[in-house]
Amino acid sequence: MQSDSAAMRSDTPSSSMSVATAGVGPARTGLMRITSLVIVRDVKLAVRHLDQVLQPLVFFAIVVTLFPLAISPVIDELRKISAGVVWVAAMLASLIALESLFRADVEDGTMEQWVLSGQPLSLLLFSKTITHWLLAGLPLVIAAPIIGTGLGIPVSVWPVLMGTLAIGTGSLSILGAIGAALTVSLRRGSALLALLVLPLEIPVLIFGARVVDLAMHGEPVTGPLNLLAAMLLLFLSLGPLAMAAAMRISVES
Amino acid sequence: MTSNTESEVTAAPRSGSRWLWFHKLSSPPYAFRTAGNLRPWFFWPSLILMAFALYGGLILAPPDYQQKDAFRIIYVHVPSAILSLQVYVVMAVAAAVGLIWRMKLAHALAAAVAPLGAWFTFLCLATGSIYGKPMWGTWWEWEPRLTSELIMLFLYLGFMALRNSFDDLQRADRAAAVLAIVGVVNVPIVKFSVQWWNSLHQGPTFSKLDAPSMTASMAWPWGLMMLAFVLYFAAVTCDRLRSEILRRERNASWLAESLRSR
Amino acid sequence: MASPAPTENARLAVRNVHLWRGDKHLLRNVSFEVSAGELLQIMGPNGVGKTSLLRCVAGLLPVESGEIEWCGTVCSQRFDVLHQDLAYLAHLNALKSDLTAAENLRFAIGVRRHITTAEIATTLERLQIAHCADLPVRALSAGQKRRVAIARVLLSAAKLWVLDEPITNLDSAGIKLIEECMAEHLASGGLIVTAAHQTLLDGRPSARKMELH
Repeated sequence: MQSDSAAMRSDTPSSSMSVATAGVGPARTGLMRITSLVIVRDVKLAVRHLDQVLQPLVFFAIVVTLFPLAISPVIDELRKISAGVVWVAAMLASLIALESLFRADVEDGTMEQWVLSGQPLSLLLFSKTITHWLLAGLPLVIAAPIIGTGLGIPVSVWPVLMGTLAIGTGSLSILGAIGAALTVSLRRGSALLALLVLPLEIPVLIFGARVVDLAMHGEPVTGPLNLLAAMLLLFLSLGPLAMAAAMRISVES
Repeated sequence: MTSNTESEVTAAPRSGSRWLWFHKLSSPPYAFRTAGNLRPWFFWPSLILMAFALYGGLILAPPDYQQKDAFRIIYVHVPSAILSLQVYVVMAVAAAVGLIWRMKLAHALAAAVAPLGAWFTFLCLATGSIYGKPMWGTWWEWEPRLTSELIMLFLYLGFMALRNSFDDLQRADRAAAVLAIVGVVNVPIVKFSVQWWNSLHQGPTFSKLDAPSMTASMAWPWGLMMLAFVLYFAAVTCDRLRSEILRRERNASWLAESLRSR
Repeated sequence: MASPAPTENARLAVRNVHLWRGDKHLLRNVSFEVSAGELLQIMGPNGVGKTSLLRCVAGLLPVESGEIEWCGTVCSQRFDVLHQDLAYLAHLNALKSDLTAAENLRFAIGVRRHITTAEIATTLERLQIAHCADLPVRALSAGQKRRVAIARVLLSAAKLWVLDEPITNLDSAGIKLIEECMAEHLASGGLIVTAAHQTLLDGRPSARKMELH
């Protein structure tokens, strides 16, 4: 919906794809612009509460620390369980961040407006999920090698570890967002969120931990890594629809 | 809660008598009566078949040369495993129908079968554990079927917990329906990944508990028991569906009249 | 203020709507029609279902039976057609308290259509809160926040306004302002459905009332 004629009110050189044409009414915003608007807004909001953004990361570190304390300080023994521990800790840390993914917007009435915006709700929610991944998943990906060293994960495994976590936390964010959308209107939804989301995330855990384990033994990782990527693609295609359906139900009253 | 007019007058059938059956089925009073009528036809045959199957399985079938009598648990363990998965599919399909075509009755069916599926799953876990003790010496093994049944149990519990968390019944129905659909898409993925995970580490498996590896004299009680379980499930579902209908239609006039006319 | 596109057959028709809330039969066979240039005010005591009716019209709350029709298209499962022409004002202002008023508006309208800083400034000035543009919403009074929410409605360029208690927290000057905006909207062919305790646009021929009970 581009127009070459000078529009009545275009003064800012914005990157919007649509310009109003006289007599037809303002043109609707394009999909890419919607995504960027949502991500920018959420990042702006998150930056004002940076401590809240870092909480999942600290939680991740604490959970990992619990294992040596609970099991044994011997690095050789910890190395055997390190892949699994890092992944479980990542799942739990992701859950902590999911708690507040939609809650603020639902509580101040912004989510209602999104449902009524006439734009695809699945895209709006998916854009929020992308931000969630950027603020909660990506820090985990970066911190995991450093924290994993405490469990004996060698430096040679770092690329595989980060790559796997990057893909895996993407799936975790999407599945978690579906659960968050279902439980956002419930009073004590956080425990229920864990109950709903963790069983669904088990395949991601199985394949992700396996990849890291294989890498630590110097074996090829392509098999399970491909499966992990395939799962992410599946969730990317179907997840936003489920999120939108769940959110419409949650926003009803 | 359907309006009074909806319950009594079913919507006009779309085309011909093919859809008349479907639309009649979606009327709560019709379903209420039909479920009540069908129940004895499910229940008594299931008990009879169960009696035969138990006799055949516990007494007639010869003891397995390796596992002696322990294998007999298979007659309960495998049907309950199969049913726990089938019921989840029934639940998810009913929930999807309810969500897409806005059929109240479909939601009622999903709500009715969920606890049954959970019980079947629990039964499978319990019998698996009982089987495991003489076989492996422990009350639990991370065997692929048991592990995926455990995850199924969590999925059922999640479905029921989500339903119970909503005050409004209709919202509960719809939210749980979304969850059921997401769950049913994930179930094959979960089962595959658990199978794969178990095979990697050469973990324990209850291979003897699979139906095809049985001889004929062991097999027929298993078949009967499977049928008996399905009929029993249908009978209890009729009961539970009727109480779900009662719950949802408690203010509808058709119900008051049918109670008055007794 | 952004004006809606020409409205030849803009019409909202609500027919035989029933709604239950738990055991309560809240909306019984509610029907009404609103045409271009008309305002309908829903009146009734607290708890009678005014907000629920507005939410049903907006498509947030699914109705038990009955239908909502917008410009001749029945909105049953898909309310997209209606949403593109709808501006909804709820009890809550739908503003992020950490962002400024201008940022809130730029985002809220930006997801629907292209919006410029000049438009936002003009509308805020119209509502006499131009000085609030760069203040975080947190720092505004309740009345100012409500005016920012109303600015969102004005900027949305929507044909149908569904306003739930629009004059909450507004002083008499604010009420007068919003009545002027509503009159302008009606004059340019817009439709308004509102629920308010106080009669709005009193005495105008284009303003009707409907009692819910």
